[in-house]
Amino acid sequence: MTEAPILRVKPEQISITPRISGRIAVVGTPNSGKSSLFNRLTGLRQRTANFPGVTVEKKIGRLAVAGQALQLSDLPGIYSLSPTSLDERIAVEALLGLMGRSEKPTALLAVVDASRLQQGLYLLRQLLELELPVMVALTMTDVAARKGISVDAEALSRELNGISVFPVVGTTGAGMDALIKALPALTQAKPAPVESAWAELSQLAAEIADKVPSVTRVEVERALVDRHGPLGVEICDLLGSEVTADMDRQATQRLGGEPLLAQEARRGHQWARTLSDRVQSSSPPLKRLGARLEQWFSQPFPATLGFLVVMLVVFQAVFAWATPVMDLIDAGTGAVGGWIEGLLPEGMLTSFLVDGVIAGVGSVVIFLPQILILFLFIIVLEDSGFLARSAFLMDRLMRGLGLSGQSVIPLISSFACAVPAVMATRVIPTRRERLATIMAAPFMTCSARLPVYALLIGAFVPVQQVGWFNLQGLILFGLYLLGIGGGVVTALIVNRLLLTGARSQFSMSLPDFRRPNWRTVLVQLLGRAKVFLRRAGTVIFAVAVVIWALAYFPRADIASPLAAASEEQSNLAAAAQLEQSLLGRAGKLVEPVFEPLGWDWRVSAAVIAGFPAREVVVAVLGTIYAVGDEASEERLSERLKSATWPDGRPVFTLPMVIGLLIFYAWCLQCAATVAVIKRETNSWRWPAFSWLYMTAVGYLGALAAFQLGS
Amino acid sequence: MSDFMHLGNLKKGQTATISAIDTSDRAVQHLMVLGLVEGTQLEFAGAAFGGDPLEFRFNGIALSLRREQARKFQVTP
Repeated sequence: MTEAPILRVKPEQISITPRISGRIAVVGTPNSGKSSLFNRLTGLRQRTANFPGVTVEKKIGRLAVAGQALQLSDLPGIYSLSPTSLDERIAVEALLGLMGRSEKPTALLAVVDASRLQQGLYLLRQLLELELPVMVALTMTDVAARKGISVDAEALSRELNGISVFPVVGTTGAGMDALIKALPALTQAKPAPVESAWAELSQLAAEIADKVPSVTRVEVERALVDRHGPLGVEICDLLGSEVTADMDRQATQRLGGEPLLAQEARRGHQWARTLSDRVQSSSPPLKRLGARLEQWFSQPFPATLGFLVVMLVVFQAVFAWATPVMDLIDAGTGAVGGWIEGLLPEGMLTSFLVDGVIAGVGSVVIFLPQILILFLFIIVLEDSGFLARSAFLMDRLMRGLGLSGQSVIPLISSFACAVPAVMATRVIPTRRERLATIMAAPFMTCSARLPVYALLIGAFVPVQQVGWFNLQGLILFGLYLLGIGGGVVTALIVNRLLLTGARSQFSMSLPDFRRPNWRTVLVQLLGRAKVFLRRAGTVIFAVAVVIWALAYFPRADIASPLAAASEEQSNLAAAAQLEQSLLGRAGKLVEPVFEPLGWDWRVSAAVIAGFPAREVVVAVLGTIYAVGDEASEERLSERLKSATWPDGRPVFTLPMVIGLLIFYAWCLQCAATVAVIKRETNSWRWPAFSWLYMTAVGYLGALAAFQLGS
Repeated sequence: MSDFMHLGNLKKGQTATISAIDTSDRAVQHLMVLGLVEGTQLEFAGAAFGGDPLEFRFNGIALSLRREQARKFQVTP
């Protein structure tokens, strides 16, 4: 969810144009408006790539000013040069040049949030030590003004020995022109002048760095301060054990026994506090809607109530608001199918287009409106700061499950898609809680489950009001709870039986509540729609075609449906054809495995075809029932209702449908999720466990529902 | 340190200034990086379910801490 969908441009397209005259890194604290500044600077001339060897995303963009081509990179947000998470560590390593020389920036654009000036200045202080040219973008001046804070940019520039400070407003773009004009000169500028914040530390670091030419003074400083963190260990490896031992001895003698990180933080904040007091003035804050909401939502009870209400509204909306658009899409695909049937003679091509392509892909595309509504809610919840609040409120609860408050954001974004959710677990600092979150996340009902649920609920749950709610929405809500329950139990089991190691200390910044930026929301939503349609156009299209071919060939040697006297006869002929097709034979082969669940061979074949991507099952059912049925004006849901076993019993009985829903609630039918778990855990063990476990749980759940219900 | 007033003892809405910190813990050191150092004035904004974690406001930031960490920060009202 967090990654903004942006235009992907191939690397060669970026580097053809004039030689890049400078690499500027945009650095700032998280939520400082850094990314929106970066987007303003580079527009769509940007691409995402991974840092070498890790999956942390970096955005690179290009900016042409005054005949110069500048390369800008948007680094993950950091609070200091002492990283606590993988993302932060990557950013710091890129700044130090530890990621390779081509990653090392030649100048820095430091983003300082005017509404949290001291924190921004603390980071700036450390950035100045890197001995690179630095320019400051003072962001969030509008937010600060609402809080009654005004920052004197000129005074700040003076206090910083003449470093340029440009106030900018990300939402309106005010101040951007001046900033852009100044960028080319920055790459040619001298490193920002700075006196050391802690002379003894710098002195010791310089002495050590003299002994090992490949390591800089700043790197030794970082190693000293972050001696036992991953970054410190990495730099000490470069120094060698002898020099490291010497460094440790000297540090204890000359810098005292208290942890250096604490000493550095104290000095740094003293400096930052003094400076921010000099350049900022405050007046009473404006009354802000956000502030009142924050007050309201920092109380556990109203917040939980609000959360539940929002969730219920989401599920109602998914059904109620989407229906008109879905009917439109349905009518559209039906009309196109009918038009083609009228245009082309009966035969293979017509069957391929109508039963394969239109019925297959159309039956998935119809769910686009519902998926977009779901994504809209989750994007808005995240962008408004609501998700971070729930992480805070639910920490205690999460701890009981072996997770942490930080697990809440990946788990909630997993309602949209488990792939970005698994990636978002990187913010969880301990391995144990991170793995437990990764194992629980695929249980959350993702948007790809929605088509399956919507199809089955739409077909088999009557439209009926229960109090204020409609029954279909309530059942859907129940399925979401089922997914959450599965995740909760899994987290508990995994934590008890499989995981060991330290539990985390939870602390996190809580962003202000704010009105979502509609532009960001829209861009992300369009990106999601594109991903969904691309999948429908490629993977799902391909599967639909393959399934159609398997269902169409070989042709049965029976009377053509045209020659059949009645509709009933023609339906029988179509069903007979389907049964002796390749798909029919394969389905029959696996039928015994799924028969205890009440699934006939058609459903079994569709479920198996859906293992790479679960929404495919709807396309496959669409194709199977279109090929095996001549009355093509009916909706798929109508066709499912009339499906029977050879002896005439209906296939889709209530216990069978419930079992099928349970299977989809729990089963891990998603190759992309398996792949991302492999990538993020760096082993096949966890994805294999997750897949086997979830498949088994889904099967058993469906089995229990069918056997107990029948 | 338990005899003194620490961040975990504050009442909702109460402000205080950090006077001393037990810095031995790495997590505490990283909180100091965020600005929880001696001399920082902060306000206790409230607790989540079950009284934990706690939310503090300082320097324009809202930060959530668990009780066990809050105890490491001694304060004077």
